Amino acid sequence: MRSARTGLVALLSVSTLALAACSGGGDDAGEAEETAGGGTASEAPADFPEGSTMAALAEEGTITIGTKFDQPLFGLRGPDGTPTGFDVEIGKIIAGKLGIAEDDIEWVETVSANREPFIQSGQVDIVIATYTINDTRKEVVSFAGPYYEAGQSILTLTENEDIQGPDDLAGKRVCTVSGSTPEANLIENYPEAEVQALQAYSDCIEPLRNGQVDAISTDNVILAGFAAQNPDLEVRGEPFTEEPYGIGLALDDTDFRMWINDVLEESFEDGSWEQAWEDTAGTVLPTPEPPAVDRY
Amino acid sequence: MDPSVIADNMPAYLAGFRLSLQLTLVAGAGALVVGALVAMLRVSPLGSLRAFGAVYTELLRNTPLTLVFFFTVYVLPQFTPFRLFGYAAAVLALTLYTSAFVAEAVRSGINSVGIGQSEAARAIGLTFGQTLTSVVLPQAVRSVIPPLINVIIALAKNTSVAAGFAVVELMATGRRLAQGNPADSIMVLVGVALFYLVITIPAGQLAGALERRVAFAR
Amino acid sequence: MSSVLYDVPGPAARRRERIGSVVAGVLVLVVLGLGAWYAAGRGVFAPERWAVLHDPPMGQSAADVWRSLLVTGLGATLRAAALAAPLALLLGLVLAVWRTTRIAWLRWTATAVIELFRGLPVLLVMLFALLAFGWDAFSAVVFGLVVYNMAIIAEIVRAGLAALPKGQTEAGLAVGLSRAQTLRLVLLPQALRTMLPSLVAQLVVLLKDSSLGFIVGYEELLKTIQNNTYFFGNASLVALFTVGAGVYLLVNITLSRLAMRLQGRSRRTAAPPEIAATVGDGATGATTGRITP
Repeated sequence: MRSARTGLVALLSVSTLALAACSGGGDDAGEAEETAGGGTASEAPADFPEGSTMAALAEEGTITIGTKFDQPLFGLRGPDGTPTGFDVEIGKIIAGKLGIAEDDIEWVETVSANREPFIQSGQVDIVIATYTINDTRKEVVSFAGPYYEAGQSILTLTENEDIQGPDDLAGKRVCTVSGSTPEANLIENYPEAEVQALQAYSDCIEPLRNGQVDAISTDNVILAGFAAQNPDLEVRGEPFTEEPYGIGLALDDTDFRMWINDVLEESFEDGSWEQAWEDTAGTVLPTPEPPAVDRY
Repeated sequence: MDPSVIADNMPAYLAGFRLSLQLTLVAGAGALVVGALVAMLRVSPLGSLRAFGAVYTELLRNTPLTLVFFFTVYVLPQFTPFRLFGYAAAVLALTLYTSAFVAEAVRSGINSVGIGQSEAARAIGLTFGQTLTSVVLPQAVRSVIPPLINVIIALAKNTSVAAGFAVVELMATGRRLAQGNPADSIMVLVGVALFYLVITIPAGQLAGALERRVAFAR
Repeated sequence: MSSVLYDVPGPAARRRERIGSVVAGVLVLVVLGLGAWYAAGRGVFAPERWAVLHDPPMGQSAADVWRSLLVTGLGATLRAAALAAPLALLLGLVLAVWRTTRIAWLRWTATAVIELFRGLPVLLVMLFALLAFGWDAFSAVVFGLVVYNMAIIAEIVRAGLAALPKGQTEAGLAVGLSRAQTLRLVLLPQALRTMLPSLVAQLVVLLKDSSLGFIVGYEELLKTIQNNTYFFGNASLVALFTVGAGVYLLVNITLSRLAMRLQGRSRRTAAPPEIAATVGDGATGATTGRITP
């Protein structure tokens, strides 16, 4: 039902786009900026172009957001059902701009195995889940943002002196998550490392402590969160990749993508992005500069 | 939807297939040994051993395999000095889980041997151990083999759970390939399915044929 | 049960057995005790590690924790099983009957469907539903469970029918029933009674397999335990695992006991031929055959 609706909406938004193009409108980005201009003034539902995803969501008064429930500082969910984390706060900012209250957001857990399928089939409207923008994924979904730029790094036991950087991983058992970009990067660029992929990064902590693996490798912010909580663990070396976190959405929904980009840029300027950071990841990490949004 | 994705990644598929097969054989052999031992415990004269065998099979048969994996990777290190991970943890989890089913199959095989057989053995003065190993078990084997093959087929499929616990067997290979080729993910999974069927269908046919022969021999 | 594998023991042998029994029992307890001692040394039994169950930190209440485990988690597990089980039974029965048809190619298609789905890992079928059909996690889990178990159930039914004496079919036809009527009125009712234990055992397998949902992101019991562990940190792991394992055991052993009682009843009313011990998952063999409870 939901997928049918979203599919229809996507179809409609594509056709409005086509009409706009026929009537001699500007390029996509310019047009999206114009439309978003109306939406920035207040938190109330604004005048979104008819047939756009924004209009449909604002009309319905609810949005389904996919996030992770296993990522300290970015996305966790307590037993009372309330999700917390930086990704969750970003989702609230976007929903707010659609005039949707926090309580009307439907949170769906997305794991590495189901992020793309859930977007493609319309089971979620957007995915905010420490989701790295890359070209392979762009074949099937599209990305707004980035809203944060991380980099892959290494976590190991404080007492372990052998591992100081990625080149020391040769012959070592390195824990990561299956289907993640760090996993792909290790296999591609550090073939000597023995990659051990589990379901979530938190799953790697106990095996690291017990000596079942030698290191954990993923984005520096995730690792910094673990190091802050566990004094016996330490992040080693500088980040050796760039991992821009994007907001995943349907492949063809350019209007929606550009609109989310506008919302993000606005949040960078009005301090809400910084606030979101300081309330969550900022409790253990320094506040970074907001990244530049990539309007491809 | 391009079948060439299967051909292009044949080395990865074969590596995953080999590992799945290896897990099946190693854990299968382990489960046969452990399972036969547990079955013997369950018919032994010592009450505490019978109880231990019963608790062992009941616990493992009623626990999901995923939980057994969880146990070997995360809980075992809390209670013992053993630090298993990846392949070794998968072998242990699959062996433990499968051994409970082997034990049940062997036990029902032992029970299927006519009572007169063991009475006769005892009458000529054989001990419990002698009765079991030289009279009952050789006869039980015939009716036990078809169910055991089915237990091993289930094991071959169950190795796929190891994909969730850091073993790059066939299923994990498929997931990795699907992630790398999101546009062809369906075809990638079809490839995985074909490799599983290569193991399970012939084995199923074998079990069926043996089952008919056993039925006939009776 | 008086076993025939060994003599009914006399007084001396009974004493020896008692001693042996106690020694073996003590050995088992010593091993378990060593494990507990080792764990205690690692602080596994420290009260704060178990606080998650009665006085959880991080602004959560114990009621929240238990509700998430028993209502959300176990609820999702049971919901998937409750939908999948009747569907698998129904489709399994249809497949089995379909397989008895006299039209060769129709029969062959049924066999092909059974062989195909019997031979695929449940996890693969779930992933397939997720990726190929674009279904949500719940539907994917139910689909995986239904497709696999219907094939196994079809096999159980086939074995059940095959175990009936040939005279039953002949008698049915002789009194003028059609083949369909013979199947429905004569064969299936008899076969169902002998199959019941195997069917219930297969439902336990189905319930257990729902835990594979955690890999495709379906929040059932195991995934709930994991999400709680991520939230509260690894210190809570052993406590939450203990509860999870306990819940699975309780539910599954209850179902297995039901299977045994059903078997006991069917044995009283009729002497069931030994069937289905060789069908499908190893689990099906477990409650069939002449097992003494």
